[in-house]
Amino acid sequence: MMCNERREFLRTGLRTVMGLSMAPAFSALLSGCESMGELAAIGSSVAASAGLITQDQAQSLTRGAKAVAKTFQDITPEQEYYIGRSIGAVIVGKYPPCRDSQVNGYVNVLGQTLAQASDRPETFNGYRFLVLDSDDINALSAPGGLIFVTRGLLRCCEHEDAAAAVLAHEIAHVQFRHGLQAIKASRITDALTVIGAESAKTFGGQNLANLTALFEDSISDITQTLINTGYSRSQEYDADAAAITIMKRVGYSPAGLTDMLEVMKGSLRPGGFDFVKTHPAPQNRIAQAGKLLTGGEPLQKPPRRQTRFEIAMRQV
Amino acid sequence: MNGNMMSVRVKTGQLRSAPSFLGKIVQNLPYGTQVRGIGENQGWYHVSAPDGSRGWMHSSALTEKHIVLKPGADNVGQYASGEELALAGKGFSKQVEDEFRARNPHMDFSWIDRMETYRVSQREMEQFLRQGELHPEGGV
Repeated sequence: MMCNERREFLRTGLRTVMGLSMAPAFSALLSGCESMGELAAIGSSVAASAGLITQDQAQSLTRGAKAVAKTFQDITPEQEYYIGRSIGAVIVGKYPPCRDSQVNGYVNVLGQTLAQASDRPETFNGYRFLVLDSDDINALSAPGGLIFVTRGLLRCCEHEDAAAAVLAHEIAHVQFRHGLQAIKASRITDALTVIGAESAKTFGGQNLANLTALFEDSISDITQTLINTGYSRSQEYDADAAAITIMKRVGYSPAGLTDMLEVMKGSLRPGGFDFVKTHPAPQNRIAQAGKLLTGGEPLQKPPRRQTRFEIAMRQV
Repeated sequence: MNGNMMSVRVKTGQLRSAPSFLGKIVQNLPYGTQVRGIGENQGWYHVSAPDGSRGWMHSSALTEKHIVLKPGADNVGQYASGEELALAGKGFSKQVEDEFRARNPHMDFSWIDRMETYRVSQREMEQFLRQGELHPEGGV
């Protein structure tokens, strides 16, 4: 079996992600392509033979690794946080951040309030938001809750309820851990096996190198999905549905979502590297969301809500 | 749930007076703190903190695994199964991030560090809701 390694793009920058096909390389990682069961056994037997753990513990670790090495669900919030930080660094390498503290402050109060009403209010280090200085119509969420939205997408919002829809949709991706689901299962298996075998001593040397290589590959998997291929349609529709739930809980009108999508429909440019490429067409999202719009507050724009929105968006 | 021990799996877990995102925060509990489950209500656990105080924590902040903050042979041996424990600082960790950054020196984390300082307090959220004439489910 071959492993398609794509870490090179991290070294050469995002030009690779945006413009060129990935050059496959083959690395001899610890275990890149082995089956999970074999790896669990190898990892634990090595630790046991080194006298680090007893045979009983080794067998237990092997069972544990087999039991846990199943899905992205077994990535702890702490590990998700470190994955998210590096994804965030990739994103701000692609899009320069907006330095306007007014709009960044506003999206953080709005976004963090919405996140608290989600089904996943607590991530390892909480939700944070940043506006990106780009005309592209795009928003990206890194695992763990670092969320980025471009000026171009905020310009599709004519009121706070629409901006709330944009942020709530990204929060929903974090809630569902869609980013982590983009990591190839074999990498998670490999990483968990290294961790299991390392439980009785500190990291170092080859294991650190192996884990870092797996980390790079995981960042690459997620970035590819976020920037190039997009999530699946069902994941996007699930995120819209969860966004509507979050908005209703906070008191926003779910019509904010369809209002925003109507504006986006007229703003997206064919051939772009933004939502045109990675999301279902706005009209399809409107049709799906329309089924969920019963209940919730009717769209209203109380003067103070609209005023603070317009003040925050002055530099957008 | 009753009597089960659970661990805080986020950096700072919030113990609240009520099972709601607008419930008053009565105590912050650091990563790895063990709490005892008393009850459950729609994604929220009623728990008892180590000092005996009681409150509500969202299930997203808790795990039934025992979190070992400083993994070593002594304390891991008794929980030698991945089903029972999680190892803090293992796997994709600060150590791995540091190594990753050393391999990718062109990547800039300064904005990520800055983002992490954007904290919004409970009071700011409440003011934001009132000013915007927003009426959350359950009230402010």
